[in-house]
Amino acid sequence: MSLSSSFFGLKFGITERDLDRYLAEALGRGAEYADLYFEYLATSSISIDESIVKSATQGVSLGVGVRVISGERTGYAYSDDLSPAKILKAAATAACIADSPSKVDTVGLTPSLQHDLYPVLRAPIDQPLEERVLFVKRADAAARAKDARVIQVQASYADSLRHVLVATSDGKLSFDRQPMARLNVSVLAREGDGTPQQGYSGGGGRVGLDFFAGANSPEAYAEEAVRQAIVQLGAIEAPAGESVVVLGPGWPGVLLHEAVGHGLEADFNRKGTSAFSGRIGQKVASELCTVIDDGTIDSRRGSLNVDDEANPTRQNVLIENGILRGYLTDQLSARLTGTQSTGSGRRENYQHIPMPRMTNTFMLSGSSTPEEIIRSVPKGIYCANFGGGQVDITSGNFVFSASESYLIEDGKLTRPVRGATLIGNGPEAMQYISMVGNDLKLDQGIGICGKDGQSVPVGVGIPTVRIDKMTVGGTAR
Amino acid sequence: MTEEQLRATAASAVQQALALGATDAECTIADGSEFSVSVRLGEVEKLKEADSCGAGLRVLLGQKQGSSYTSDLTPEGIRQMVASAVEIARITEPDPYAGLPGKDELGQLTGDLGLASDLTLSTAEKIELAKRAEKAAMSVDPRITNSDGASFDSHSGTRVFANSRGFLGSYRSTSCSLSAVPVAKSGDRMERDYWYTIGRDHTKLESPEQVGRIAAERVLRRLGARKIPTQQATIVLDPRVARSLVGHVFSAVTGDAIYRKSSFLLDKIGQTVAHPSVTIVDDPTIPGLFGTSPFDDEGVPGRRHLIIEKGVLKTYLLHTYTARKLGLQTTGNASRGLTGSPGTGHGNLFLEAGAMTPEEILKTVGTGLFITELIGQGVNTVNGDYSRGACGLWIENGELTYPVAEVTVAGNLSEMLKNILHIGNDLEFRGSTSAPTIAIGGMTISGVQ
Repeated sequence: MSLSSSFFGLKFGITERDLDRYLAEALGRGAEYADLYFEYLATSSISIDESIVKSATQGVSLGVGVRVISGERTGYAYSDDLSPAKILKAAATAACIADSPSKVDTVGLTPSLQHDLYPVLRAPIDQPLEERVLFVKRADAAARAKDARVIQVQASYADSLRHVLVATSDGKLSFDRQPMARLNVSVLAREGDGTPQQGYSGGGGRVGLDFFAGANSPEAYAEEAVRQAIVQLGAIEAPAGESVVVLGPGWPGVLLHEAVGHGLEADFNRKGTSAFSGRIGQKVASELCTVIDDGTIDSRRGSLNVDDEANPTRQNVLIENGILRGYLTDQLSARLTGTQSTGSGRRENYQHIPMPRMTNTFMLSGSSTPEEIIRSVPKGIYCANFGGGQVDITSGNFVFSASESYLIEDGKLTRPVRGATLIGNGPEAMQYISMVGNDLKLDQGIGICGKDGQSVPVGVGIPTVRIDKMTVGGTAR
Repeated sequence: MTEEQLRATAASAVQQALALGATDAECTIADGSEFSVSVRLGEVEKLKEADSCGAGLRVLLGQKQGSSYTSDLTPEGIRQMVASAVEIARITEPDPYAGLPGKDELGQLTGDLGLASDLTLSTAEKIELAKRAEKAAMSVDPRITNSDGASFDSHSGTRVFANSRGFLGSYRSTSCSLSAVPVAKSGDRMERDYWYTIGRDHTKLESPEQVGRIAAERVLRRLGARKIPTQQATIVLDPRVARSLVGHVFSAVTGDAIYRKSSFLLDKIGQTVAHPSVTIVDDPTIPGLFGTSPFDDEGVPGRRHLIIEKGVLKTYLLHTYTARKLGLQTTGNASRGLTGSPGTGHGNLFLEAGAMTPEEILKTVGTGLFITELIGQGVNTVNGDYSRGACGLWIENGELTYPVAEVTVAGNLSEMLKNILHIGNDLEFRGSTSAPTIAIGGMTISGVQ
């Protein structure tokens, strides 16, 4: 694609000459690198509550972020006005960081190589609102019809279309059109006068409206949310203390995101503040573990054709047979550590400085069947679904919250247990993985990762795994 | 744009919506400037400076409502936002409770609320404050071997709100903060912790030396942490984490949670839900504090509310919609960003201070876990289940002894509120949610066997 036929060329008349001028201004005080990130984001969302489509929102935001790097120093400014005067002012502000005598010239811009992972012909946001309204109404009706104990249903559908243009002083130019859609269902069920229990389900990705059919239909999500809430009605207190933990496939991959993923982001490692700093080549997990971060999977929520610094995304091996192989780098950390960017530079929007971030993080399948894994456990817990997690990357301690779990007794799943937090230490917990299933599954496409005040969409995945020791934060002794 | 221009823009958006057939409309505009600088190991690492602006509109077509937002405040941008809200309102369904506050409910607090001050520091001075804070942290002890930096941040902004019932209001606010994040090492284990100070302007901040020193003390005492056996014990929450408990109570008393029957405090008004020593207040009227504002995000003036008074649940926190759903009056707790419909917010939300010093609480507790950090989202305000990751220090004979990490604390919010044993006298307002030191009995700590 050329600039003149790109979104920003057509809609805002931005030319290569403009980009050169802005980059030259950004480098004007002497700096080694500068980039521009133009973003136009249109969003819409629709929600249903008490069987009434109560609210719907749509809107647009646009702006440009200008970054200047001089050594380890980053200057950043942005403008929500794309007039040349405002962009030049932002460039001059960002340039103030630079005090180096070094002087580079901009290089002629060449379009970056990039993938074509989400060739959605018609973005959901460009389709009639009425079609999308039906999704939440269908989810609501299906959840209520499923079980008389359902007392509340909320469903929401949200989509967006983001146009991005990145131009860098070392000559990279990228354009991307990033669609996203997501449908969520949340239900509350109650038995008689008992305590209400919640269930959630949902899914999505960089997809068109036709994605929401079959296993991803509003009805399928609704039934899954109801199933989870009903299971919780019969749940007993979760155990307290150390236990064998079996994670089911799919969303429980959030373990990898918290236990190792964040700790392998290169900004922390460059600064030596991660529990994984300086451990490349060392054994940080059991040899059964191979962990990948892959931004190149078709249509996935965490995927990108090109990252937010004009580098194509890649499949990055983080841990191979238990050995730490690499970190996730952005432009700055790659330059400072003398490596190549792994295509992991991401930002929430034009108001933010990019950082190394995960895309879709998962563990490769092993050889055990899920049945064998469960059968191997005399006493423990099986976690089928999780809420969120959090990690302290410096100590390596992480938590994740189980929302659907069961006791394992004599190799069988028995009673469901209430929600509980599991806690471990990243480099240690992964060593306790003693069995890995042959059933890798990716999540349904609802993940959001927060770091340093910036949220980005991500994916996770894992096969069934057995962890020999982990602390389970229930209340039953 | 000037404040006058922003007010005119908001009023114009409302008029345009009415002209397009809306029966009611309200427009919010937020305009702000942010500055942020971080230094690491004595050098500037990041410097960010920008202005931004956005507008949001909610319209009603009878009982149907829709909303839209834009970052483009030009006349054309506003025109598109208005058309967009009216368009999307047509696909929603009539909701008999939807609507704006009554004219008699609108209004604003008068007098100086102390929200805005002059942010006069130069960039060089801001950098210097951050450098001093980091240096102070790094020089406390040789075990502090690294730093995740120190930052100075400031923000100033104007908020404007107009609606079709005749309300037009605006206010300016400023804030700045200074923080430090040292990293300490012992053997092959590292820890980090932080401290910060916040004020309407830099003269209200703690000194950079104090910020650095406290951050250093906090990280040093985490070194050498161990797990402890699984057991029932009393926990003592440091104010920095105690405030999260007040936040959970807030979530459970929002009208949204109540009308959806998703709260462990449902149908408990007038009942004892906490220890009689517990009084939780929401007050957006206290001058200078960070939860203060002259009107809520529907144009209703804020008021002081006792949510829990001496252990008894007194009120839910409501905006117009949830008030109508529950057959009550709004409490002036509407809160919204630029997109969507109002949700529930709070002003200065706090647990009233007790009489004991934190040291007296430790002495009285004797044995237990003093918690300095809680992580994870394991709190369910529907059924009250509570389970979070924790670290802190073990209390033995009323004194803090060795550090503890990688454990969880669990219980149920209904019982935790009743099991509050002691409340400290160390209440400070460092944000919009605050609490003093709290001791809670009967918690389950999960650790090693």
